[in-house]
Amino acid sequence: MNVIPPTGARRVGETILHVTNLRVEVRTDKGAGPVLVNDVSLDLKRGEVLGLIGESGAGKSTIGLCTLGYTRGGCQMTGGELMFEGRDIRKMTAAERRALRGPGVSYIAQSAAASFNPAMTLMQQVCEIPVKHGILTPAEAVAEAKKLFRELELPNPDTFGDRYPHQVSGGQLQRAMAAMAMAAKPDILVFDEPTTALDVTTQVEVLASFRKLIREHGTAAIYITHDLAVVAQIADHIMVLRHGKMVELGTADQILQAPREDYTRRLVAERVAGHEFREDVDTGEAPLLQVSNVVASYHSLLRVIDNVSVDVRRGDTVAVVGESGSGKSTLARVIIGLLPRQSGDIRFQGQSLPPALKDRTKDQLRRIQMIYQMPDVALNPNQTLHEIVGRPVQFYFGRSREDVRKRVLELLRLMDLPESFINRKPGELSGGQKQRIGIARALAAEPDLIICDEVTSALDQLVGEEILRLLKRLQEELGLAYLFITHDLGTVKRIANKVAVMLKGKLVAGGETSKVFSPPYHPYTELLLSSVPEMRSDWLDEVLAGRKQTLAAVRAAQVSLPG
Amino acid sequence: MRLFGHRLTIPALIGMIVIAVNLIAAIGAPVIAPFDQADVVGDAWGDPDPQHWLGLDNLGRDLFSRLIYGARMSIGLSLIITCLSFFIGITAGFSAAVLRGWVDLGLSRLVDLLLSMPTLIFAFIILSVLGTEPPVLIVTIAVLDSTKVFRLSRALAMNIAALEYVEVAKVRGEGLWWVIRKEILPNAMAPLIAEFGLRFSFTFLFIAALSFLGLGIQPPNADWGSMVRDYRDMINLDSTAPLYPAGAIAILTIGVNFVVDWMLSIHSRSHGAGA
Amino acid sequence: MLRLIAQRLGLGLLTLWAASVLIFVGTEILPGDLASAVLQNSATPESLAEMRKELGLDRPAIVRYGEWLGNAAVGDLGHSLASHRDVVEEIKPRLENTIFLAICSAIIAVPLAVTLGLMAAIWQGGIYDRLVNLVTLLSISVPEYLVGYILIKYLSVQLGWFPSLGNVTPDTPMGERIYLIFLPALTLVLVVVAHMMRMTRASVLNIMASPYIEMAFLKGLPKWRVVVRHAFPNALAPVINVIALNLAYLIVGVVIVEAVFVYPGLGQLMVDAVSKHDVPVVQACGLIFAAAFILLNMLADILAIFSNPRLRHPR
Repeated sequence: MNVIPPTGARRVGETILHVTNLRVEVRTDKGAGPVLVNDVSLDLKRGEVLGLIGESGAGKSTIGLCTLGYTRGGCQMTGGELMFEGRDIRKMTAAERRALRGPGVSYIAQSAAASFNPAMTLMQQVCEIPVKHGILTPAEAVAEAKKLFRELELPNPDTFGDRYPHQVSGGQLQRAMAAMAMAAKPDILVFDEPTTALDVTTQVEVLASFRKLIREHGTAAIYITHDLAVVAQIADHIMVLRHGKMVELGTADQILQAPREDYTRRLVAERVAGHEFREDVDTGEAPLLQVSNVVASYHSLLRVIDNVSVDVRRGDTVAVVGESGSGKSTLARVIIGLLPRQSGDIRFQGQSLPPALKDRTKDQLRRIQMIYQMPDVALNPNQTLHEIVGRPVQFYFGRSREDVRKRVLELLRLMDLPESFINRKPGELSGGQKQRIGIARALAAEPDLIICDEVTSALDQLVGEEILRLLKRLQEELGLAYLFITHDLGTVKRIANKVAVMLKGKLVAGGETSKVFSPPYHPYTELLLSSVPEMRSDWLDEVLAGRKQTLAAVRAAQVSLPG
Repeated sequence: MRLFGHRLTIPALIGMIVIAVNLIAAIGAPVIAPFDQADVVGDAWGDPDPQHWLGLDNLGRDLFSRLIYGARMSIGLSLIITCLSFFIGITAGFSAAVLRGWVDLGLSRLVDLLLSMPTLIFAFIILSVLGTEPPVLIVTIAVLDSTKVFRLSRALAMNIAALEYVEVAKVRGEGLWWVIRKEILPNAMAPLIAEFGLRFSFTFLFIAALSFLGLGIQPPNADWGSMVRDYRDMINLDSTAPLYPAGAIAILTIGVNFVVDWMLSIHSRSHGAGA
Repeated sequence: MLRLIAQRLGLGLLTLWAASVLIFVGTEILPGDLASAVLQNSATPESLAEMRKELGLDRPAIVRYGEWLGNAAVGDLGHSLASHRDVVEEIKPRLENTIFLAICSAIIAVPLAVTLGLMAAIWQGGIYDRLVNLVTLLSISVPEYLVGYILIKYLSVQLGWFPSLGNVTPDTPMGERIYLIFLPALTLVLVVVAHMMRMTRASVLNIMASPYIEMAFLKGLPKWRVVVRHAFPNALAPVINVIALNLAYLIVGVVIVEAVFVYPGLGQLMVDAVSKHDVPVVQACGLIFAAAFILLNMLADILAIFSNPRLRHPR
């Protein structure tokens, strides 16, 4: 592996990685633990891209790392073979594995910001693999790096390497990591959720760069992600994993269009069905919540909400969408009163709400409730579910002990949770169950409006969909109104009858979903919509073709983009 | 073996036994010690025999009994100081974290100031003017030590207060006291208990050091530090006398540190707070 | 970055000034003032009043403070109540001795502790690490005087290799000096190394758990290179912090060690002064110790700023 053969000499179509019955378990001095990867087999041919799809805990990252001969703390490869260029990776010595990493198989991590050493320049780190493995001289490596920077369309490719990781943006760092991995022209690239942490609009560019890179160098790749639509753009074959076992394996088109297994079908179904909008019906009622021309800042310096107005009627689901830094979560805080507004009015049922939380009445506080993104930190780990859900009942309504208990049981039933859970603590529940408790706690106050702050973002796709179904059912049964904050446009199309699009604190577009998401669009709305990957493998090409125009229109509207 | 649902390691077990033995000695001194600490039972520096396990000291008193009585003074004093320091530190720390604003700023600056000087030196200064009676010692050391407790409890409370479930309570309209009692305190217990152990062993060493220098407990009261001081000259005659009280100090401190280490290793796995 | 450093310097000076106020307040404003300290048991209300006038204690506190500070700045620290000699005269030889002892100990302790700590972090989990962990836990629980007396008992009394008294005078030649301070320095080193080593190990382990370290391994780099080239530059800031903290601890340890070995240093002087209620000496010594402590902490802060890559190369 000391010489990089010219591209032509590489034989496309030859199998370079042959994995049979791979098994990875947790092994500590206390004995054997859970099985992370259970009997997985796969083949990878030169120039081919294999997508590994699965929810959290499926074992996809573990498999990816195994191809580098690496397992994370406490884990061990306890069975199977990984044949790479005629040798079994499992049987390699430590020195052989080190030689494999970089020139043979290279890794691109999920968070570039965390994976780059803050004390070294980008160039130093990008050149490290080829130089330290003795493949290129330092001068050659630098030249090669600059070439890669140019290929990946990074700004100022000749001087880009002189910067430190904290001096460049997230999307640029992710591409720099791809350059670092490609530096020694490896046979296989392992992409481990590389675009998950990026904004939707940045994701498109980075995804396109990756695809270009792989195609130009004829590298084989394993692309790990939980997002089926993303992987469809780049993979030739897709393997669906669940709890460490393989569920289905097929070509990208086959998996998307004709999934065989039930689990796969469920993964595909919801995303594909995102073409119908929820219709908006005008009941002529006065709005429940009226936010008018609200302005809010941090320390009177930074305006985070700039003249935003939004209305929510009973039974509405109003979605507030935007990327990071758009101010959508801040809007929730302003409505609740955690961040007092500087000007503008917020009326609830016709009454003006005082800007600060402490000035509001108990009843005002009761009628608007909030559900949070991360169930782990939204519930006090030291309290039982009885206490968590019962407290609002006690606090707002002053009921007796018995009544509180009855009400808590009722709410648990409503959440489809067993009554026996009442004495459990959050630590004993799964993510989805915890989120249900969050919802139960909000309902315990018998509110009129519930603000949902990215309530499904931290959950697996299928679990999140269940939560959305639950929320919809509750809305129909109890006549609730929702203010739904999210960055996921697919969800918005399905559940919201009204939408407000935010960018850097300003309201860019607002109104009925069917109108805002149909042409003619505001340029930023168009950019957002076009950045949401769809479940067909030709989506990326289509978007890239129209991208330049879209970006030009956004600039013309004189709106600057995040990041 | 398991204790409170967590696996007990050998060092932790040893530590607990050490602590238990010391507590028994401290509480039951009048009952356990063969002789009273002030009784003269023979010639100075008498050799060890079946009646006097460690021999006699510079005034002919039974060393072993003095050692047991010394536990009382040392441990008792240290416990009182640590409790006082904890009370001051936690109240100030939690208040600063929850109230923020001027309260936080003022207290933090004051603590920074107190911590800008080495504790021993500062103690010297206060003691040089006020003298070394036990009440003075207790208050001085407690106040100086509470600065460290302040820092920790403030950091803990701020970490916890940043978690959403505290915000949930605030948004509900809960009062300050309820938030501290129900949301913050239970989740800060584990690191606070470990810190109590650390503070105790530090205070314990500190008092002993002061007594060793002649600035702590004065005769006729005896604690282990002043015993080391009294017997120090004997070391030149190859006697082991000063090593016994010094060794006792070390053993108790080691025991407490073992147990604290064990507690920290359990709760270092994230518990949602201060991890 | 330069602005941050200037800030730290300013903060350091401010702290030093605040410490001087604290020292002054501690000695002159608390009940039981200088007059009663001087007169001790022979104090009667009349003699107290007279003594106060003589010592100038009837003037307002601010004036007295200003005078004290002003004098200190030009090197006049007053006169010792016990020996009636100029305080500066008393302090000078003692200060030299203490600095000598401290520096000798630090020169050995710092490189030793950092190296041992690094090694323990590199071979984490192995026999070496567990042994070292245990030994250092024992060492930090053990008071300095225990270590001192054990050393005296075995190395001095039984084996006769070293003297048990550090009788250094201004005329003692360097060679003999080193011989005399060997045991006290060894005691200090043993205690300080234990603390410093544990903290170094903890800091380096913390860095080793970072994602970019895992990335370095995934690039096929050997362990030594990962530690030296990737971990160490990032560990520099926390390790410097550790060293500075422990050197500050050294200052306090010196006091005890001097007492054990009857070494004529500043610590001994201060202890004697405290028990004799010799306030001017206590004030002067306190000021010097505080200044050293603050200086070390400030230096640590500044060095930490220097070694932080994000601050060296801003956006």
